[in-house]
Amino acid sequence: MKYEAVIGLEIHVELKTESKIFCSCRAAFGAEPNTHVCPVCLGLPGTLPVLNRRAVEYAIMAALALNCEITPYCKFDRKNYFYPDLPKNYQISQFDLPLAQNGYLEIDTPSGPKRVGIVRLHLEEDAGKLVHVQSGSSSYALVDYNRAGVPLIEIVSAPDLRSPEEARAYAEKLRQIMLYLGVSDCKMEEGSLRVDANISVRPAGSDVLGVKTEIKNVNSFRSLSRALAYEIERHVACLERGEKIVQETRGWDEERGVTFSMRSKEEAHDYRYFPEPDLPPLVIDAEWVESLRKALPELPDAKRRRFIEEYGLPENAATVLTATPEVADYFEETLKFYPQPRQVANWVMVELARCLNAAGISITASPVKPQALAQLLKLMDAGIISGKIAKDIFEEMFATGKDAESIVKEKGLTQITDEETIRQVVREVIAANPKVVADYKGGKEKALSFLVGQVMKATRGRANPGLVNQLLKEELSRE
Amino acid sequence: MLSRSEVEHVAALARLELSEEEKELFAQQLREIIEYVNILQELPTDDVPPLVHVVPLKNVWREDEVEEHLEVEEVLSRAPDREERFFRVSRVV
Repeated sequence: MKYEAVIGLEIHVELKTESKIFCSCRAAFGAEPNTHVCPVCLGLPGTLPVLNRRAVEYAIMAALALNCEITPYCKFDRKNYFYPDLPKNYQISQFDLPLAQNGYLEIDTPSGPKRVGIVRLHLEEDAGKLVHVQSGSSSYALVDYNRAGVPLIEIVSAPDLRSPEEARAYAEKLRQIMLYLGVSDCKMEEGSLRVDANISVRPAGSDVLGVKTEIKNVNSFRSLSRALAYEIERHVACLERGEKIVQETRGWDEERGVTFSMRSKEEAHDYRYFPEPDLPPLVIDAEWVESLRKALPELPDAKRRRFIEEYGLPENAATVLTATPEVADYFEETLKFYPQPRQVANWVMVELARCLNAAGISITASPVKPQALAQLLKLMDAGIISGKIAKDIFEEMFATGKDAESIVKEKGLTQITDEETIRQVVREVIAANPKVVADYKGGKEKALSFLVGQVMKATRGRANPGLVNQLLKEELSRE
Repeated sequence: MLSRSEVEHVAALARLELSEEEKELFAQQLREIIEYVNILQELPTDDVPPLVHVVPLKNVWREDEVEEHLEVEEVLSRAPDREERFFRVSRVV
């Protein structure tokens, strides 16, 4: 039988506010344990939460970018469960009146664009972090409450995804949008973006849902699609054997490449939500929403379309250059000084990307700034340096932070365009390679490029390649 | 009607250990409370919007500013058990 997978994702995004959602503690990642805490986020008796306005603003921006309807009158609820990551034994979340609902996000699939529904987006507080310790025969846990109270949005997709690839594309697109909005740094390795997946399979074409499992602990987009692929195979094998799928939460073991059952007590999912009495309702008026909508930055799809139309870039180049707002900004900044989109696109995507990858740094930290790259390209255009040399100079610029002109001067890398100088070298090369010359004359066209290479080598790449070609042909026909 | 097994369920969720006598007693008491509150169900409320908060307030918030934190030693001074800068709790998984 042929099966199809039905996947929905729940994505948690930590908002990049300065302070926590309900208290004035710093929300930043990476501090010493239990140093970003106060009586409110420790849940000490007698304290009251007070909502961070910017967290609401960021959540509304995220909701608008995901085409959601904003709930004009919403509220917070307590989600009750006992687990030491929550000092209060409940998490302040939103239950029946989430901040936003009914949105969608468009992803690219091999069969064209696809709209993935977003059921809801709500605000809540993050929990603390547990470190499980096993020492000898005793096992216990250590708790750090720095993260307790960091603002989170939970974004729940409709079960519209049909393959691990689609799930990955959706998660990546969502991350890209959040990065464009600047509402989160979305670092999976630091937990500021966390993805849980619900997955079930059913006979292809059926509209009844199979029993689902939930996958947790995926720490990269690659793990997400691997875990889903594994889980789909496991479900299908199970059904083929006539067995039933057990509805449960499963973890992902990255090293072994398998999912495993995380036995959780049945009762753990009875959260007994009730309205949070310590927080008054949240009323979001249309005017506020509209002012935020107007202030939204250009989003990835719009920017990509503009890059194609305005700069005449091929689609894949536009996709690469709009991957993050920083790459797009670098590209456009360079264009201000050197308005040749295709040329700049190539340099950003090839030379710059290669150096950034090798150095393991982001484009904002690039030692070669847009204006410096533009200057290099101008030198090349003016024929002062050759294309080959330009690449070497670029690497030097990247390594030292120097500008192109000074490197050219220091190293004497200016292009040789003087005919007589090149002709001299051409003659020497012809004289030194009688066999190749004979091959060329015997009709072997390829021999010419060897000779060109020899001339370039002798001039350390400085000879103007067009001239080299022309002069070689002249000299060869003269003999 | 609130059954004995519901009492056990609620107690388990609240991490409460109840004796057999307590289960009986609380089941009885909770039944009485629920019955009493159920009197309210007799009121016609079709035209009344659900009340989410009893205080007539909305949008009480603060600006996104960082203020003082507690000293870590003070934080941990109330902890039943600690290890270095962490709270230490019994095994959870």
